[in-house]
Amino acid sequence: MRADARDGGAPALAVSGLTKRFGERIAFEDVTFEIAYGEVFGFLGPNGAGKTTTVRTLGTLIAPSAGTATVAGIGLTPDNGVEIRRRIAIMPESPGLYDRLSVAENLTCFADLYEVAAPRERIQEALRSVRLTDRADDLCGTLSKGLRQRVALARALLSEPEVLFLDEPTSGLDPAASRDVHELIAGLGRSGVTIFLTTHRLEEAERLCDRVAILNTRLQTIGQPAELRDRLFAKSLTIRTRTALPDPERVFADLPAVERWSGDAEGSYLVSVSDAEAAAPAITRALVAAGADVLSISESYHSLEDVYLELIDEDPEAQRR
Amino acid sequence: MYRRTGSIIVTMSIIPLIFLVQPVVSALTASSAAAVSIRHHHELLYMLAIPGLVPAMLAAYAVVGERQQGTLEPVLTTPLRREELILGKALAVLVPAVVLAYLIFAVFLAVVAIFAHPGVSSALIRGSDVLAQVIFTPLIATWSIWIAMAISTRATDIRVAQQLSVLASLPTIAVTTLIAFDVLHPSLRLALVLGIALLLANRVAWRLVSMLFDRERLIVGTRS
Repeated sequence: MRADARDGGAPALAVSGLTKRFGERIAFEDVTFEIAYGEVFGFLGPNGAGKTTTVRTLGTLIAPSAGTATVAGIGLTPDNGVEIRRRIAIMPESPGLYDRLSVAENLTCFADLYEVAAPRERIQEALRSVRLTDRADDLCGTLSKGLRQRVALARALLSEPEVLFLDEPTSGLDPAASRDVHELIAGLGRSGVTIFLTTHRLEEAERLCDRVAILNTRLQTIGQPAELRDRLFAKSLTIRTRTALPDPERVFADLPAVERWSGDAEGSYLVSVSDAEAAAPAITRALVAAGADVLSISESYHSLEDVYLELIDEDPEAQRR
Repeated sequence: MYRRTGSIIVTMSIIPLIFLVQPVVSALTASSAAAVSIRHHHELLYMLAIPGLVPAMLAAYAVVGERQQGTLEPVLTTPLRREELILGKALAVLVPAVVLAYLIFAVFLAVVAIFAHPGVSSALIRGSDVLAQVIFTPLIATWSIWIAMAISTRATDIRVAQQLSVLASLPTIAVTTLIAFDVLHPSLRLALVLGIALLLANRVAWRLVSMLFDRERLIVGTRS
């Protein structure tokens, strides 16, 4: 059945109009998206946007108020909870380890709960994946936060899940520990595990994810990071000249590639263009013809953070929060 | 896991040891003349209070404790059905509680048999009372566990859950004490009625506690 779902091109996750309300409060509303098997999908949003609630809903821990979803090929219904949980794993934001037990004992406990075949081998494999083989006998209570996250990740890998939900896996970690977790996630992504990663660390999403969705109670946008940049921001060139142009309007207005421009008295200009590659030589020639000393001309780069902030700032819901 | 929680097992045995003091002292200080009056009581059954009280504290921790420690959510993400999870947690308390109760009972019997006056020991140790102790210990312990776990699923604080659970186990202890002191006259019929009632109550309580064990409420603290 698993092979059928993958081979048949069925998505790993298909969500349609999913909504969760707690009384009057809306956790998330009308969320629709699909994720393919093997995809690393980033689910971004500010605090309180509904990311964790979405993960818990798709993980069958809480029931949706409306909408439908298919998780690892199984319909999200109360009767299918056990079957869905058999095919997925969730790494919650807090590792939730038994501090009095060793790393290996924690994993053994969960291998039993997942009824993992050949648990010893699987535990060794999971420990190798997170590079913790040498810490197997350490009590979890003695581990640093970064190591605890790695143990939690190993625990999530025990059942070889079809879909792995990672809820803010680097929350509260220092840069070095975050980098370790990033490398592990990237490795899992390369090995074909479908990953649903919630985060509000945009550089993390940009680095790790094939596609991202931005949630702010409602889904704001979805796509590849580059696609979102292009969709949201016009292409633009940043130009610096030694001195300000005496009449920039005359230089830029005559160029058909230029859509609009802005500048300051220091000789810096931001020029919106339809095709940066074609526009740059023509603009350079026009600047030189106007007697300007061109210091630099470069395509402006918009990060995922720009996309995120643009969408969230526009959203009145975020401003209320 | 018990290996790592030795201190919990040790503290579990402290309260039952207190229950042991009065019967041991009274058995060892009784003269052979007292045997006649002992024969009219069933002091062995007084020790059925142990399985009523001992598991309550531990079972009260089972859900709310894990919830407060943050270890509950990862368990809830596993494919376990809630009935299985509840049963597993109950067994994890039942096994040490019953072993401890039997152990303390065995120590008491050994002390009485060796050190008490022969007339007193034969009046005190009666086959029917020993059998009742053996049979009712797991039944009472299980009942006590279900009550404590029901409280634990709805409590938001470990201490409150533990105190309420001990309080809720007192009626069971009151019944066993009334039987031990012959206020409720122990008979085969009473034993059968109580045994069957406890069996049925335990079966129903398992289902009820499973229903109370609501994933959504446990995670978000409310039910939409």
